[in-house]
Amino acid sequence: MHDKEQSVSYLDYKGKHSGIFAWILSTDHKRIGLLYLMASLLFFAVGVTFGFLMRLELIAPGRTIMDAQTYNSLFTLHGIIMIFLFVIPGLPAVFGNFFLPILIGAKDVAFPRLNLLSWWLYVLGALLAVISVFLPGGPADTGWTFYIPYSIRSTTNVMPALIAAFILGFSSILTGLNFIVTIHRMRAPGMTFFKMPLFAWSLYATAWVQILATPIIGITLLLVTVERMFGVGLFDPALGGDPVLYQHLFWIYSHPAVYIMILPAMGVVTEIIPVFSHRTIFGYKFIAFSSCAIALFGSMVWAHHMFTVGMSETAQVIFSLLTFLVAIPSAIKVFNWVATLYKGSISTDAPLLYALGFIFLFSIGGFTGLIQGALSVNMHIHDTSFIVAHFHYVMFGGTGFGIFAAMHYWFPKMFGKMYNMKTAKVGFWTLFVGFNTLYFPMFVMGWLGMPRRYFDYLPEFQIYHFISTIGSWILIVGLIIMFTNFIKALRSKTSYTNINPWSGETLEWTVPNKPPLENFEVIPTITAGPYEYKDNDEILTKEDN
Amino acid sequence: MSVVAEHISEHVHRDDLGSRMGIWLFLFTELVLFGGMFLVYAVYRFTYQQEFHVAAKELNTLIGTLNTLILLTSSLTMVLAIVAIRKDNKFLSIFFQVITIFLAFGFMVNKYFEWMAKIHHGIYPGSETLLAKGNGEILFFGLYYVMTGLHGLHVLIGMVLIGVMTRFTMKGTVNSDKYIHLEAAGLYWHLVDIIWIFLFPLFYLIT
Repeated sequence: MHDKEQSVSYLDYKGKHSGIFAWILSTDHKRIGLLYLMASLLFFAVGVTFGFLMRLELIAPGRTIMDAQTYNSLFTLHGIIMIFLFVIPGLPAVFGNFFLPILIGAKDVAFPRLNLLSWWLYVLGALLAVISVFLPGGPADTGWTFYIPYSIRSTTNVMPALIAAFILGFSSILTGLNFIVTIHRMRAPGMTFFKMPLFAWSLYATAWVQILATPIIGITLLLVTVERMFGVGLFDPALGGDPVLYQHLFWIYSHPAVYIMILPAMGVVTEIIPVFSHRTIFGYKFIAFSSCAIALFGSMVWAHHMFTVGMSETAQVIFSLLTFLVAIPSAIKVFNWVATLYKGSISTDAPLLYALGFIFLFSIGGFTGLIQGALSVNMHIHDTSFIVAHFHYVMFGGTGFGIFAAMHYWFPKMFGKMYNMKTAKVGFWTLFVGFNTLYFPMFVMGWLGMPRRYFDYLPEFQIYHFISTIGSWILIVGLIIMFTNFIKALRSKTSYTNINPWSGETLEWTVPNKPPLENFEVIPTITAGPYEYKDNDEILTKEDN
Repeated sequence: MSVVAEHISEHVHRDDLGSRMGIWLFLFTELVLFGGMFLVYAVYRFTYQQEFHVAAKELNTLIGTLNTLILLTSSLTMVLAIVAIRKDNKFLSIFFQVITIFLAFGFMVNKYFEWMAKIHHGIYPGSETLLAKGNGEILFFGLYYVMTGLHGLHVLIGMVLIGVMTRFTMKGTVNSDKYIHLEAAGLYWHLVDIIWIFLFPLFYLIT
């Protein structure tokens, strides 16, 4: 077979080390991508479990299955784990690592050893987060935002959690740095910036946010650590420090961080849509530049998280205006995706369903974001479950579905196996229904005044909480269907040899499934753009006849 | 730019321009890291102008000036070490690297005595003397310890880095053809220097 005579796959080759060391000491970008995938899915499972337990607690008012302190720790850990350990590394570190070099025609990233170091830092940070749960004192209960002054007063294990987040930030910085240099220096001959696949563009914009915003959270968390250890007073109001300054510094990173999470997901959707509608992407340059515009504007809107804490009116108006402006590049993308689908010959396989799910859910999340960005409305819904619903629509409905889309899209390439398409579709619909049942009621009750992060609530909110909890069960069933489908495929004996199952035109579909160590036998020379579907019209006419 | 070596088995891939780009990007992140602290400094300086003015008088301008001189000189010797290796003068390069480490050590010794004198006078975070002062002064000294402390940590890391480079130069891993690692350590050292150039006036000179 043509696979064998070429070279051994990245899963099978023998390197310097053997056994588990062949993986955890490997500098191969594909193996590192897989390491990240396994670690982040593990933490995803933990985060989902915590979310499930919180929802179960909220099914009825008053204490149901846990006390208030446990609930506070759960939402803190749910946030830290989902954000720092799953959503942030979910696309760049997993699929970026695996596919960025292949997409631009390179043998590896620019600094393979630094790449391995990033993974080790990730593991170190993750371990610290886990340890903080079991140390005496109990897990942190501050929320993932570590707001001052509570985070310097709480007697729980806030320190390990802070240091964990610091280390994870460092890991993210190194990944971003690696990708920027890779994209600048390692593109195959002929692949200009405007011939790059758009996933690479979105990773490029993300990487800049990663390296320019993350150090701010690094120093901020470090200052909180110092505050807890020595009582320096920098944020402590008792010593003249300003807690609001902490919030500014926190959001200067943490708002751009949501673009670290969403941009690569948009990139994945941009890869999938043209392939499954068999049509050239509409407005390539607009999509590429809108990624950069989102990264740029997204870095200047942080104070919209703080409209109620006390700020000058001028500042509020400016931040509100900028918040509205970020919607423009996002909308440009949505319109371009829809325009690409128009008159395409669409095949509704699972990856496309997830991509469409992304567009639908992200649009709801995006529009409710605009509602929150309006100053007067913000006063009304600040710190209610409306915000929680918005956030989950963007982060789970957006990035989460983006990750699932990527998993379905690239699965055959990564593992040389194929999942059952029918089950995958059933999984998608269950997930989609469960998702909306879980999060949509939160919009309603938030609007009616249900505060976020509350362990208890008034009886009038019970109906919404009840529906929402039912939704969480459906959602989990969907996740189980999806993952058992993958596991079944992985365990099946039949290997899948079609190297281009979706007729994609980007470079990863030219290399064998389970690509070999250095991806390409011969580095390709690029002459055309990534999505040149010239036969779409022919297919359409044939179908019409 | 030399042509990137191809077809080498185990990821041996050399791209000096890429490496240089990587180190510069890393330096940006360091600048942003300190930028966060300069922001905190700016806010509190603006809020507590009078008390910052009083507190700054307590710092020893002489030691500060001396340390500025030492650090600037060490940047010079670092550059000379790189020039020497480019001209293939291994001995001279090692000599200048050792001088750089020595100067960095001198900086740390001064810093040690300066901090110790402060602590001896009871000025350190959480001390009774300091807590008896106004909020602005507490914050000034808080910032002083945190910012010069973090800078000092960078000096220590720089010393270790240059130490490793000296070893590499002795072994010949760093040589006149391939000195990118030494150059990276040098760039890092200049960053340490430039941050001090801003810390010095902000704490010692503006009184």
